[in-house]
Amino acid sequence: MNAATAGAARNGTASTWQIRIGGVGGQGIVLASKLLGVAASLYDGKEAVCTQVYGPEARGGAARSDVVISEEPVDYPFVTEADVLAVLFPEAYSKFRPRLRPGGLLIVDSQLVKAADDEENIIRIPATKIADAVGNRMARNVVILGCLIGSTGVVSREAMVEAIRNNMKPKIVELNIRALDAGIRFAETGELP
Amino acid sequence: MSAIDITLKTAANEHPIDHLLRADRLPHILCPGCGIGTVIHGYAHAIAASGIPEDNHVCVSGIGCSGRAAGYVNVDSYHSTHGRALPFALGIAVHRPELKVTVISGDGDLSAIGGNHLIHAARRNVDLTVICINNFNYGMTGGQVGPTTPIGARGTTAPEGAVEAPFNLPYLAKATGAVFVARWTILHVREFQDAVLRAMQKKGFCFIEVLAPCPTSFGKSNKIGDGLHEVEIYRERCRIENGAANIEDFDIDLVDETKPIVVGNFVDIERKIFQAHKR
Amino acid sequence: MVETLSADRPPARIDDEARRTQPRVRTGVHFMLGDHACAEGALAAGLDFFAGYPITPSTEIAEHLATRMPEVGASFVQMEDELASMAAIIGASAAGARSLTATSGPGFSLMMENVGLAAMMEVPCVVANVQRASPSTGLPTMVGQSDILQARWGSHGDYGIIAYCPASPQECFDLTVEAFNAADRYRVPVFILMDEIVGHMTERVIIPEASEIPHVPRKKPDFSPGAKRFLGYAADDDLVPPIAHAGEGYKVHMTGLTHDEKGYPAMSPDTHHQLVNRLVDKIRLNASAIERYEEFELDDAEVVVVSFGCTARSARRAVREARAAGIKCGLLRLITVWPFPEGRIRRLVEAGKVQRFVVPEINLGQLRREVERLTNLPVRRLNHAGGSMPKPDEILELIRS
Repeated sequence: MNAATAGAARNGTASTWQIRIGGVGGQGIVLASKLLGVAASLYDGKEAVCTQVYGPEARGGAARSDVVISEEPVDYPFVTEADVLAVLFPEAYSKFRPRLRPGGLLIVDSQLVKAADDEENIIRIPATKIADAVGNRMARNVVILGCLIGSTGVVSREAMVEAIRNNMKPKIVELNIRALDAGIRFAETGELP
Repeated sequence: MSAIDITLKTAANEHPIDHLLRADRLPHILCPGCGIGTVIHGYAHAIAASGIPEDNHVCVSGIGCSGRAAGYVNVDSYHSTHGRALPFALGIAVHRPELKVTVISGDGDLSAIGGNHLIHAARRNVDLTVICINNFNYGMTGGQVGPTTPIGARGTTAPEGAVEAPFNLPYLAKATGAVFVARWTILHVREFQDAVLRAMQKKGFCFIEVLAPCPTSFGKSNKIGDGLHEVEIYRERCRIENGAANIEDFDIDLVDETKPIVVGNFVDIERKIFQAHKR
Repeated sequence: MVETLSADRPPARIDDEARRTQPRVRTGVHFMLGDHACAEGALAAGLDFFAGYPITPSTEIAEHLATRMPEVGASFVQMEDELASMAAIIGASAAGARSLTATSGPGFSLMMENVGLAAMMEVPCVVANVQRASPSTGLPTMVGQSDILQARWGSHGDYGIIAYCPASPQECFDLTVEAFNAADRYRVPVFILMDEIVGHMTERVIIPEASEIPHVPRKKPDFSPGAKRFLGYAADDDLVPPIAHAGEGYKVHMTGLTHDEKGYPAMSPDTHHQLVNRLVDKIRLNASAIERYEEFELDDAEVVVVSFGCTARSARRAVREARAAGIKCGLLRLITVWPFPEGRIRRLVEAGKVQRFVVPEINLGQLRREVERLTNLPVRRLNHAGGSMPKPDEILELIRS
């Protein structure tokens, strides 16, 4: 299955999205989840909660950051069954894959993570390559975000752009908007920049 | 207070520091022969001579006989918990840097239970004047040994004599960063008063150790009959060495009568004073 | 990207000009960490002085204030330990500062010595305790709610106390403001009993205009210094005495010893009995003005969940789902755990509709004990010693059973 045909993952029971981003320290996964939360909560009129794992667990091995986005106030703040799991690190894939609900969407950086061949609802995105193409591989996390919102519609592009503008240093804002758009484009068309 | 004011008040039979004592708290709880009264007297005189408005003086103490000092001086005064006089005083001094905060407490309070706060307050160079009344033991609780009890001196918790090496407090204060360090005894009334005055007029962490008799507890255990007897020991054995550089050698040995007790104003340096991260 | 900024903080390497223009009250809509919301609440309340020792999971409060306090001309001091931190905030408050420390269980234990001093001297101050799984070092990075009874009884002796339990970053902000006002109003130490989940959760926080932040001033002497002897412990009808600060000229004396109206040591059983009773009664008799709780679906409830902090979030979900399943169930969410809203629980019991209580908490039954002593109805418990919060399903199961 390629990006263009991967299904958007909706939680059937409520208007709630449970999103987990897994990676390793330094990849900006906490920031990515926060940008998602900011976009949803401040610019898209939704409710959102972010949580992270702290301490020794978050150092070295696989780290994660959770975002729960809903039309209603979010009570329980953690991901129980992820609607979307995005991973940027092999260990994060093996560790968090069981938390993806059946039929949930898996997004992997295809250059960093080799997902099982029989994954069905998966987008394999060469996020590092795309980030390099738009100017800096450190923007990989935002490429993944673009892919995530492009394939699910969980928050709008406009809200994400606002989140980036208001939470990043001015000199890297344009780079990250390019990364976001490249991620969205890949999700929609499977095209590389 | 000007000299003329003092003269007029004296003429009216009022002692110039009367108003600096809380007369409604007298008589005090201190024992006959105790040195703490002399220290309070010196502190009050230094306040009067400091040129700093009396309302700007604050006294903080910890627990113990020396900790009661704060209760007798008629300035804003705080009798905090055991060992915590310094951080309590830091809160006042940092929030209101224009106030002149003096900590009066004992050797046990400041160097045992409060030892960690002592070294860190000195390291930070907080703007505080510290008067540490050293009577070589825990007096209020009946004469237990503490971190200043000389080796061989007896206490109720060391009936055969203290075996641990005591602190040389001026050396500790110097090593941890104090900008003014002195040691006097209550025999050296003028020198002590002058040292307190100098400390008050200096910015930064100033530490004054003052040796004081505790006839009821320390004296009784160590064959020092009364307060006067201990003051005689000071007179016989004290040697003044202002500005001495080798204060690491100035341990106090009350058992070996041949060793001098070195007193003086030892350290007077300038160092950046502590400021909270204020703009 | 790693060098970018977190969503709710000003830039770390901001230039001096920008730094000077950071306001004390960051009016606006934010997506903010609970710990940071507590820090911003303190700033909005007029925080003058912070002293603390870093400890997980409260460290973000100190870190945030280390950046923010210099911007607004307030004092931040990192102390050598929690004993010193607590003593320092009392000293600063005695000199007129609105003062705060932040800690977690192990540090909270060390602070208990001077919590007693603040209670006895009646010096207002605020302590944020971001609870983690305890006892001892426990699980430093994971949630606990097991300092509830320590907050009430932790220092030796009897005294009154106030403790707020925020359930969201928004409440971390709002209740920190309220904590400062309550501390000043009643001359007591006030606790903000956060927990790791609420402290480390990021959510929308709305900060109002500075003019809309409630401010309760301290009760001050009603005469000029020197006019007569100031009695710093002569209470009014509300049992709260006025306070004068260091440097104001009133020649105050404050001590942890039993003291008379002047503040002077007065070592008699009668004075002691009177003083300690007043310290307890000034909170007990003003409890109805202090207590805060939120009711959810309580009117016809036969099953009442009593909960607080992060656990109340799961409890609310469970109650919603129970209602959807036709169970008459409601939630009493405690916003103050101390004073404990005894009257509200008693009224619920007396109304006769309630058949049982359910108390989920991340400890082995500290709050349940409080509920049990007010009713003979069954009190079902859901306890976890710490590390994770109860899931809505677990609470729902208990509601159904």
